[in-house]
Amino acid sequence: MGRAVQKDDCNFISLSSIHRESRNFVSRIIRDSGVNPSDCYQCGKCSAGCPVAFAMDYMPRQIIRMLQLGMIKEVLSSRTIWLCAGCAACYARCPHNVDLPRLMETLRMEARESGLVAEKKVRIFEDLFLRSVERYGRVFETGLIIGFNIKSGEFLKDVMLGPAMLTRGKISLLPHKIKDGGSVRRIFARARELEGEQR
Amino acid sequence: MSTEALARALGIELTEIPQWNCCGASAAHNTNHLLAQALPARNLALAEAENLDVAVPCAACYSRMKAVREAVRKSDLVRAKVSSVIEMDYHARNDVFSIVEIFAGTSTLQQIEAKVLKPLSGLKVACYYGCLLVRPPELAMDDQEDPQSLDRIIGSLGGTPLTWSGKVSCCGAGHSTTLLPVGFKMIGDILEAAEECGADCIACACPLCLLNLDMRQGDLSKRRKKSFKIPVFYFTELVGFALGISPKVLGFKKHFVDPLPLFKAKNYL
Repeated sequence: MGRAVQKDDCNFISLSSIHRESRNFVSRIIRDSGVNPSDCYQCGKCSAGCPVAFAMDYMPRQIIRMLQLGMIKEVLSSRTIWLCAGCAACYARCPHNVDLPRLMETLRMEARESGLVAEKKVRIFEDLFLRSVERYGRVFETGLIIGFNIKSGEFLKDVMLGPAMLTRGKISLLPHKIKDGGSVRRIFARARELEGEQR
Repeated sequence: MSTEALARALGIELTEIPQWNCCGASAAHNTNHLLAQALPARNLALAEAENLDVAVPCAACYSRMKAVREAVRKSDLVRAKVSSVIEMDYHARNDVFSIVEIFAGTSTLQQIEAKVLKPLSGLKVACYYGCLLVRPPELAMDDQEDPQSLDRIIGSLGGTPLTWSGKVSCCGAGHSTTLLPVGFKMIGDILEAAEECGADCIACACPLCLLNLDMRQGDLSKRRKKSFKIPVFYFTELVGFALGISPKVLGFKKHFVDPLPLFKAKNYL
């Protein structure tokens, strides 16, 4: 028989105080995503079928559990929320219809705002992608990949594929701009303004 | 390319949406929910103004368009907000179809079957649907675990659609660019699943899935120390070929894994 567990052996967490602090955060998540973390009863089906689970630091199920427990910082600084590919295998199989991809999206936005982005490359790529759409109305793939390689420090990544993609007409050297580019730029401006207002 | 050629052959009139814009894909819906609705809504509104439904050749664009259409149909508030952001009225009266749905409809399928000149007999095809054509369920065009639309199309060409485990797996989309080892594992597992079930080739219905599965085989061969050489088609290429359209017109030269050796071995050429 081992010795009896002493009080000092354990790190005690006061769940009720964590809950109070995180209440605003969680209600904002519920408002923005339409997903309530307390709908989840931790069956784990999401995590069993997740195609990116092998690379995650927390299983999708654990992300929800951490939200239930108010562990905001751990959730926002996790790699998991950036690794989610949004394939919705979890949501399609969830017995309680918890829209995990939508929740992950909202958590990414929160992570951006709190400066806790764990996978900076994904954020860099998304920012450059949107900048390209804002500028041209469509994505200029060549510019996007060159910009991404420079910003992520992987200068030579996929360089060998460049000529092969060019000759196959998969990418072009110049952007395809749409004529009415102003209308797309105004969509970006107003969407930023209105989403900002909501916060 | 192959979609246009096939539509012409079947008398389906396709019109490119004038001045269409990019839907923003996951970059938009991971950044700003309203932007993610407004970008695809502009394209839909442009088509709606011409009284046209929209046929979408990409799984992600399809999903984003259908998502905003549903949201606008459900809520007047969303409709007003989206319309004001895009400076156009959008009522979500027009429909959104994936290109697969256009060709997998019963009458079109009969038309295809009647027009087959070069049956793909003996061709074992792993039909790959990926994620966003079949998930989430409320936006899906087919069953979420065992979809059949592409399988029916391949069957009508005389080919053999296979039952296999990678049908609705995710290729990782942009992960092959941003999170290399993660993306490569996802792509490699799908290719191996196709090989394990004895597939001669893969047929898919999304340009990004196509690029991931086709273009990364060289790199994956080095990573997994085995040779991947399985041709990957956008499904309209296979339909077009069976209908007698030339490989050149269908864009076979744009492939990274050349499909011609396979077709020669099968005596189709």
